[in-house]
Amino acid sequence: MESLLEVEVHTAVSGFEALKVLPRHRFELIITDINMPDINGLELINFVKKNPHYKDTPLFIVTTEGREQDRDRGLQLGADEYVVKPFAPESLCELVRRYLKL
Amino acid sequence: MVAPRALSEFIAEANEILETLGRELLALEESGLEQADPDRLNAVFRAAHSLKGLAAMFGLETVSKLAHCAEDLLDSLRLGKVPNAQGLLDALGRTVDVLQELLGEASRGDDSAELKERADTLGHELQRLAGGGATEATDVLDQVGIDPQVRAVFTEYEEHRLRENVKKGVGLWKVRAVFSLDDFDTRLARLNAALKPLGEVISTLPSSQPGDDASIAFDLIFGSSRPEAELEGHLIEGATLAPLTDRVFQTPPPPPRKIPIWDDRSLSGAALSALPVPTRVSAPEPSLRSLTNTVRVDIGRLDGLMNSIGELLLIRSNIERLSEAARQASGPALPKLWGQELQREARALERRLDELQKGVLEVRMVPLGQVFDKLARLMRRLVRESGKDVGFDVSGGDVELDKLIVEELSDPLMHLLRNALDHGAERPESRARQGKSSRATIGLIARQQGNHVIIEVRDDGAGLDEARIREVAVERGLVTREQTEEMERRELLNLVFQPGFSTRRDVSELSGRGVGLDVVKTNLQRLSGLIDITSRRGEGTTFTLTLPLTLAIIRALMVKVSGRTYAIPLNAVLEIVSVKASALRTIEKREVIEVRGQTTPFIRLARVFGLEEEQRAVHSVVLVGLAQQRLGLAIDELIGQQDIVTKPLSGRLRGIPGVSGATELGDRRAVLVLDIGALMEELLRVQVSAG
Repeated sequence: MESLLEVEVHTAVSGFEALKVLPRHRFELIITDINMPDINGLELINFVKKNPHYKDTPLFIVTTEGREQDRDRGLQLGADEYVVKPFAPESLCELVRRYLKL
Repeated sequence: MVAPRALSEFIAEANEILETLGRELLALEESGLEQADPDRLNAVFRAAHSLKGLAAMFGLETVSKLAHCAEDLLDSLRLGKVPNAQGLLDALGRTVDVLQELLGEASRGDDSAELKERADTLGHELQRLAGGGATEATDVLDQVGIDPQVRAVFTEYEEHRLRENVKKGVGLWKVRAVFSLDDFDTRLARLNAALKPLGEVISTLPSSQPGDDASIAFDLIFGSSRPEAELEGHLIEGATLAPLTDRVFQTPPPPPRKIPIWDDRSLSGAALSALPVPTRVSAPEPSLRSLTNTVRVDIGRLDGLMNSIGELLLIRSNIERLSEAARQASGPALPKLWGQELQREARALERRLDELQKGVLEVRMVPLGQVFDKLARLMRRLVRESGKDVGFDVSGGDVELDKLIVEELSDPLMHLLRNALDHGAERPESRARQGKSSRATIGLIARQQGNHVIIEVRDDGAGLDEARIREVAVERGLVTREQTEEMERRELLNLVFQPGFSTRRDVSELSGRGVGLDVVKTNLQRLSGLIDITSRRGEGTTFTLTLPLTLAIIRALMVKVSGRTYAIPLNAVLEIVSVKASALRTIEKREVIEVRGQTTPFIRLARVFGLEEEQRAVHSVVLVGLAQQRLGLAIDELIGQQDIVTKPLSGRLRGIPGVSGATELGDRRAVLVLDIGALMEELLRVQVSAG
């Protein structure tokens, strides 16, 4: 993504790590999966969207096909977009561009 | 304030969402809610959700609010919390309509209180529907009263586990743990390990309440049959225990009891069922046209166009090179080689331009389904309101037409469909008496035929009564009784397209939009289209619309008449014949020619345009035809075929009979393009009034 969009990307391999990484940078956009080892993506979304520090940060969900309920809950919790795996990198980039007004 | 461009993009996108919403709702209605495909419900739900977000982003509060209500209702529906109340899909259908109108207002910069009021009442109805059946849900999770905010973050699986725990009758606990940001993961792991032997950790929720910057709180949802005291003993430092279901359950605010105004109307069908005709107020239907002029294009098509342009640039540089070389060359004559090279480039140029033209045309093409879907939705509603038993068949939605034409078609088609429903389809009792199946059928069928698209609106209803048509036409002074006696059945039927004609004495009945078939016809003529009727008493009526594939570029036959050049659209040209002047006959004061045994009206273009006519022994005649009509046009000279871009005439030139526009030829001369449909029309009219 860095190479495709010229943005700075910080990754976290789990929900816990995401919780650790979040306060360290000023994120302009968050992308999360739903199925993660420790806390699930929905919980992360809820955490982000209810937290005054992050609630206005756009957040995308990346889900696998066939997990509509999870995805829809994510949207209800305040996620701004969802991307279904597998996806074309360009389609994600397009979304990112739109939100970051790149 | 939103920049206009951004707004138009929003409208385009919102419109697409609404189209999806409408289409999916229709599919749900067809399958019935009981057998609803969950994917479909989810799709509708997501569409409402996206619209809500999008509208909020653009500050369109009314749209966003209404979409939100729809989303809530759909969500309850999805989770099986709403009984399949009659009228639920109907309310959602109306929601789509109101949203469409709201977008229409937004695109015009309007903001009417009346529409807002309607949106509000509709929103309340949706809320009422969504809240209506909540108590009937039998989910055990609803019974134990878990904070919905906690439940909202559960995945399907976690919810399932929670449900299993509830069914087992174990206690549900919430373990709150506050840990330092640095090492919360290891501490959580320890807590988990401690709890595991005692029960099941269903979920770990990071608390949304922000702690201080250095720490973070978690709620572990924990199911265990052990007593509280034993659990307490296993907790590690920083963790506290509380029962999960002990929370005060937040009851949602009661839905407003206000009775929505249009409830009266929606109920009137049942309440007034004793009346023979449902007295539906003939409020103007919102136009089904799209609100924007944008076309979504497959990127592949654009790539193709880019390729063609690349090739064209190459040709240009080749020609530049050649001309430069020619300029610098000495000697009076250009070498033959240059000629050959130029010729080759010209051929390449032609080929590439063809490609480019085809590509651009393709980009303009959209499937008719875009309009058909909306019409189907509307028809379903109208059928329900009419109280008739009518099946609606649509086919050919995949036929593609120029976007402009598709847009312009929605209103005429809607009018024809309403006519078919109101005047064509009979009530079941009446059909039974005639020995027909009790269910009437209205069809909307499209197919491509060469360079044209044929759209049929047909019903198997009563058919047109030509005696009645004759009576009305005479009554309204459109024709004299003597004239009608000479008219064939088809000509009689076509009288319904005359301005001022309406067979219904009472216009305020169902279809009265105050627009007659003459407007339908005028609309179609603007699109270079033609409309024809066939009808059999007792068997039904079919309106056949013949439309060109595109308006933008057409191939034309260039002809000379009295020294002037005219263009005849090639799609109307059937053949070119020579006719001896002596073979002309006159029937009913009109000239006709005999072509292959068929008597065909003949007009001299020179006379039509008031030009001086050359006397000749043999006439060159261009035989043109549209639908079933034929016409011979006398010309002086054929020039050849050419692609032309028709531009509408404006100002004083507008409205010249028989001319659809003008085009510019390569030598910058403007040439008039003949409107074959209008010429035929003129002929019929003259025939009628000359008698």
